[in-house]
Amino acid sequence: MKATSDERVSVAAGAPALAARLAALENRDTLRLAMCGSVDDGKSTLLGRLLAEAGMIPDDRLAQMIRDSRTHGTQGGKPDYSLLLDGLEAEREQGITIDVAWRYFGTDKRAFIVADCPGHAQYTRNMASGASNAELGIVLVDARAGVQTQTRRHTAILAMFGVQHLLFAVNKLDLIDYNHARYHAIEQECVKLGHDLGIEHADSIPVSAINADNLVALSPNTPWYTGRPLLEYLEAVRVERKVDAAFALPVQWVNRPDHGFRGYAGTIAGGRVAPGNEVVVLPSGRLSRVVRVVGGDADLENAEAGQSVTLTLADQIDVARGDVIADPSLPPDVAAQFACHLLWLDDTALLSGRRYLMKLATRVIGAQVTEIKHRIDPDTQAHLAATRLVANEIGYCNLSLDSEIAYRPYREDRRLGGFILVDRETNATVGCGTLDFGLRRDRNVHWQQLDVDRVARARIKGQTPRCLWFTGLSGAGKSTIANMVERRLLADGFHTILLDGDNVRHGLNRDLGFTDADRVENIRRVAEVAKLMMDAGLIVLVSFISPFRAERQMARDLIGEGGFMEVFVDAPLAVCEGRDVKGLYAKARAGKISNFTGIGSPYEAPESAEIHLHSDQEPAADSASRVVKLLVS
Amino acid sequence: MNVARLHTHLDQLEAESIRIMRETVAECRKPVLLYSIGKDSSVLLHLLLKAFYPARPPLPMLHVNTTWKFREMIEFRDRIAREKNVDLIEHINQDGVRQGTDPVNAASKHTYVMKTLALRQALSAHGFDAAIGGARRDEDPARAKERVFSLRGAGQSWEPRKQRPEPWGLYNTRLDSDETLRVFPLSDWTELDVWLYIRREGIEVVPLYFAKERATFVRNGALLVRDDERVPLEPGEKLVPKTVRFRTLGCWPLTAAVESDAADLDGIIGEMLDTRQSERAGRIIDLDPTDSMERKKREGYF
Ligand SMILES: Nc1nc2c(ncn2[C@@H]2O[C@H](COP(=O)(O)OP(=O)(O)O)[C@@H](O)[C@H]2O)c(=O)[nH]1
Repeated sequence: MKATSDERVSVAAGAPALAARLAALENRDTLRLAMCGSVDDGKSTLLGRLLAEAGMIPDDRLAQMIRDSRTHGTQGGKPDYSLLLDGLEAEREQGITIDVAWRYFGTDKRAFIVADCPGHAQYTRNMASGASNAELGIVLVDARAGVQTQTRRHTAILAMFGVQHLLFAVNKLDLIDYNHARYHAIEQECVKLGHDLGIEHADSIPVSAINADNLVALSPNTPWYTGRPLLEYLEAVRVERKVDAAFALPVQWVNRPDHGFRGYAGTIAGGRVAPGNEVVVLPSGRLSRVVRVVGGDADLENAEAGQSVTLTLADQIDVARGDVIADPSLPPDVAAQFACHLLWLDDTALLSGRRYLMKLATRVIGAQVTEIKHRIDPDTQAHLAATRLVANEIGYCNLSLDSEIAYRPYREDRRLGGFILVDRETNATVGCGTLDFGLRRDRNVHWQQLDVDRVARARIKGQTPRCLWFTGLSGAGKSTIANMVERRLLADGFHTILLDGDNVRHGLNRDLGFTDADRVENIRRVAEVAKLMMDAGLIVLVSFISPFRAERQMARDLIGEGGFMEVFVDAPLAVCEGRDVKGLYAKARAGKISNFTGIGSPYEAPESAEIHLHSDQEPAADSASRVVKLLVS
Repeated sequence: MNVARLHTHLDQLEAESIRIMRETVAECRKPVLLYSIGKDSSVLLHLLLKAFYPARPPLPMLHVNTTWKFREMIEFRDRIAREKNVDLIEHINQDGVRQGTDPVNAASKHTYVMKTLALRQALSAHGFDAAIGGARRDEDPARAKERVFSLRGAGQSWEPRKQRPEPWGLYNTRLDSDETLRVFPLSDWTELDVWLYIRREGIEVVPLYFAKERATFVRNGALLVRDDERVPLEPGEKLVPKTVRFRTLGCWPLTAAVESDAADLDGIIGEMLDTRQSERAGRIIDLDPTDSMERKKREGYF
């Protein structure tokens, strides 16, 4: 029969009349838990046993578990409660847990949403989803081993994600003969760990998942334990978040069914709101007043953090998705540069300077890590030097956005301070982080308001500034064609400049090598220089192999769509190698140059270049004419 | 501090589901709501109306009709779509109809052709890039790790390793041209939550959920209610009036009834609190080896 996991509510002896029970269930609250521990600490067994003991597992599933225990249990045929939580087929075959699993159970007092986090070190990143919303973290500790590296690591991640309540479940007490002194020593270690990591509330509980000690009832095996059994603890623990008194609502959707209604829909991140309240819209800073608070299909007298509502304002002001409507007396800050913690999630490392998309609340914006200050050792919290972050590493970084956003430091507000980074090429979610504080750098170094601007400078030259970005293999003919183009333009009275890869590497970029990080920086500098020269009113020709799509995208983003024209100078590798003007291919083949594009390192051809030239199929002069034609058209 | 936990578990579930629906509409090019007529779909529709009030929902509903639904379900569907003023698209796999489908003797094939394949057809025919569905994580252990925004590759396939982390409910909705999303706003709801919410909000559900005397027969140990003449009774089978209801609704020959007196919502919830059978025990198509759900998911059933 099909195993399922729908929720059971324990039927207490002498249950009150159904109506009263339904009322209790309707009014119960929620506790979000993150449960973690090293592999084999007994997390699955504990959770399975807790649910079974509390009467929340349907009979057909219990029967299935008992049957499965005989074939793939770990208890020599006796009931293996961890089987109640089995998930993916692949994972069962591998016998590992690779992803956060979500579990649901409840009592008449509370509904529990459990993020069951994986134990393996390499899956640290998967803890992020579980910990991000958790109000209470349960950390499993094997009584025989005490606090271990993994315990520290998991606790540190919970702390980074702002979990302020911890419960250490010291398991397998049966294996230390319920020894109080030993338990007490572990308890001390746990409390110290929580304290060291700055977690406000840390408790511990002695349990044996196998024998169900202290799960739903206090166990005679631990007469010295005077706290509550686990389930009762979970029902009773109070975890009020420090909800900021000030109202903030990230605008998710502008609701405009007709001319008579213009509403701003979103989920309230903090505080309360009522009709009549003054509000400010950020980052623009415009002021207005709330007219209606619409919740579902009715107007509300007020609404508070966590509710999804729609506001209407008294004034016709410009409000868009991604803006934040807030209490003007204590508004979120506005900044474009931040210090943040970043947990890297992707198998491709973080490179500073590479451009990503950031999503924070309802805002999606271009972002760049400008500096990795240090990496944090997950075991000791020590700061280590780092130039990149690989999967599962946590770094402290400076982050720079394309424009200002409204935010709050993560410790004050998870919803306005937690973000993800998305790779523009692969669309993967590659990192997640927490904003620590805004850097005022851009406030101090104000952009000079210049009277003479790019348009003015370009006007006296009678041209529109452009960047022609020639990309292609070494020997494809980039420099030849770029030179011809420049000569033609000059002859026609245009003002130009040519930036050639080799030349720039001898001067401006002579401090850079050919590592991935250096290649990114190389391109970034050239793009910045090209942009300055465009500001000077020039037509800029850049001739760079620039093999990576992401880097060309970075240049395109920096320079701006419209001003950027990608010129793909294309010739088969064999043709380029045959030409080998500089003898570089021969050297690369002989192993004297490593990472040579086309030989030891890939060339990612443009997918939508503005112009695609085949240098093996038409004379360079014809190619040059086509480029000039495109430019002046 | 000043904001205590004023709102309840149901309030939180509701607010979060609405947020998910709005996010889908805000970020996706052409979303659709998968409407299966069951209780979860009734809740989805109710939330959809709330999420965009006073506007009409800015997306249509899609019902993949296997042609074997209870007649009461189809009547209910058409009336609700009319009353709530939402656009309803019905899709039937006409190839399947031409080939003839047989839920009785070839249940898995029927489900694959008329549901899995049909859904894929409908999604690509209309070019929907996001399909909002009512599946919950608590329905099956294979769903415990499902994301709220679940990425589907070419052919609607589900790749466990490509799924994106969703910290703080920050959903990454960026897609390649051959990719689509399945969105599950009810991920965190349990069966009990669904019924409690239906009761609190006064949401209308198909009457088949409520106990009533119906003409039943038993086949392969399952108690079935014969909805039309396409399935002839076999020797030894006979129609017996019994007071029964359904815990889930699907194709009628594949959905077992349970004997019950629960004729209203309180009765249903009271029964849930006491009975010791899980929800899907009543779905005949699911009564095969434990891993079938994951396989179906890979094939795009969800
Ligand atoms: N003696 C004893 N063994 C336990 C206890 N809890 C779990 N185990 C065993 O520890 C092993 C790992 O348990 P499991 O729940 O799969 O660990 P997980 O990897 O943390 O989920 C299994 O063999 C369990 O039977 C306990 O309280 N006492």
